[in-house]
Amino acid sequence: MKGQEIKVRAVGTTGSARKLIGTILKAQVVKNEITAHAIGTLSKYPDTRTIFEIGGQDSKIILIENGIVVDYAMNTLCAAGTGSFLSSQAKRLGIEVERFGDWALKSKTPVKIAARCTVFAESDLVHKAQIGHKKEDIVAGLCTAVVTNYLNNVGKGKTIKAPIIFQGGVSKNIGVIKAYEETIGEPVHVDEHSHLMGALGAAILAKTSGKEQDFIFDIEEINFETRGRECTFCANNCEIICVHKDNELIDSWGNKCDKGAS
Amino acid sequence: MEQSERIASFPHMGNYHVVVKALIKRILNMKVMTPPPITKRTIELGAKHSPEAVCVPFKYNLGNYIESLEKGADILFQAGGGCRFGYYGEVQEQILRDLGYEFEFLSFDASAGSSIIQIYKAFKNLNPEITISKFMQSFLLTMKMLKCMDEVEEYIRKNIGFEAQKGSFEKMQKSFLNELEKVKSLREIKEIHRKYKEKFEKIEIVKPDKPIRVGIVGELYVLMEPFSNYFIEKELAAYGMEVHRFITASHLLTKRKKHNERLAKEASKYIKYHIGADGTETVEKSKMLAEEKFDGLIHVKPFGCMPEVNAMPMLQRISSDYKIPVLYFSFDSQTSETGIKTRLEAFHDMLTMKRGEKK
Repeated sequence: MKGQEIKVRAVGTTGSARKLIGTILKAQVVKNEITAHAIGTLSKYPDTRTIFEIGGQDSKIILIENGIVVDYAMNTLCAAGTGSFLSSQAKRLGIEVERFGDWALKSKTPVKIAARCTVFAESDLVHKAQIGHKKEDIVAGLCTAVVTNYLNNVGKGKTIKAPIIFQGGVSKNIGVIKAYEETIGEPVHVDEHSHLMGALGAAILAKTSGKEQDFIFDIEEINFETRGRECTFCANNCEIICVHKDNELIDSWGNKCDKGAS
Repeated sequence: MEQSERIASFPHMGNYHVVVKALIKRILNMKVMTPPPITKRTIELGAKHSPEAVCVPFKYNLGNYIESLEKGADILFQAGGGCRFGYYGEVQEQILRDLGYEFEFLSFDASAGSSIIQIYKAFKNLNPEITISKFMQSFLLTMKMLKCMDEVEEYIRKNIGFEAQKGSFEKMQKSFLNELEKVKSLREIKEIHRKYKEKFEKIEIVKPDKPIRVGIVGELYVLMEPFSNYFIEKELAAYGMEVHRFITASHLLTKRKKHNERLAKEASKYIKYHIGADGTETVEKSKMLAEEKFDGLIHVKPFGCMPEVNAMPMLQRISSDYKIPVLYFSFDSQTSETGIKTRLEAFHDMLTMKRGEKK
């Protein structure tokens, strides 16, 4: 694509920062990650029945029938079994997170690690390391723990049907893919761009939104700044975020009532 | 004549403070203080002084008490029961005493056998001038007020998402509550009810023939106190959906003794016996809504709420039997608001797309 004349017709954003980035980029579509993931995946795999997604801080399951989302769930209250958990444990074991999967594959006798909660898993891991389990066995155990946690929490009460697509950052981890396949006994497919399916979905939504606006690549030169302040009109003290573009206020949010709007 | 210098107060739940205030005022003939509106400070105070693992209604109640005591209240009320809620009063009283506040605490637990006569006696102690007939009359008036308020709010839930002019329902609701607060007789309640029914029906709405209908079920406090559920009904309505909820104060207070057994029978395919507090009703109502072909259900509970946790496996079965999606929420004092919005937006997208497919 390098050197080609690229013209952006519309912009779509998704993910936890979708509103902020959407404001900055003047996006035509700002969509939640569940819908975006489903649409992105369905565009490449129309017969998908189940989507597993594990990202940095959250994980979700999306169930699809005839190309329509019929049910979904997202992890609540707890980040156990997500990417950030894996990367912090990788650091503790002195392994690069990118090589985590390779380590897991080396293991012949994975250890059991409590998957209920990050805190328990971590103390379990330390304990297992101290009594002398091999590093690859612990790594493989962690991969299984992520899957067990996922299926027990996010996947609770959901009927998982093939074809299954696994995506999000953690899907790059071959150890976790293997643990999934062993646990549910079905093949789990991972796209080469599995970490970008949400972005693809947001792009499709932007394209089909019917709204177009020229996009200029001058974003890098513009100074964007967010300023947080607490509203003092009542005891709720809403935390208001103001987005400034070259010192000019372009948007703000966070206030629960109109008093904070000024 | 008002009794000198005593100020009664009570915890918040939705807009019911209007009715509770009127009731206590009528019976006790003393100053009644509505606690300051729930804010972040309320729940921070409550959470700070509560046992960590207790469910979130306890924390809100405690926060309300503290803010009332700070403003000079010295008689506090608690009512409830059915689950550990029934023991909240005792624990909250002790916590507040340990914090050094001085007050009188009255706790009624209907499920543990606080009969209306016992309640009367407790009130008689505070206000010797009250007679049983005046007491019963006030009670009846209160029930009618609740019924009127619940019926009006039901209409609001179903239609606010479709108002032609934003804010018109909320404005009308404010003036309705202001008038309801001042009623003195059954005749006046009837009058206000009729008047506002008409007024609300006159508000212009733009509603499709078959709007998306969502039923909201679960634990009573987080259902009825909007602050505790992050204004979920308002959010749902803002997406242009009809919101249905059956749990209201008047519904809960008019439950008969055999209620739960009847509910379990009604939903006998899913439930064999009563599972505590409102759990049985959650199952029964979910089944009913699924049969009425609602588009989706939302189940809310405080984090750690046993009766509602009990109800969840049955809800999962109802969900797969009737192909109705159910969205589950657990609320605590530190729930991520962004997370809730993300899930609700996705829920709306999903229901809309499902509708599109059927056409």
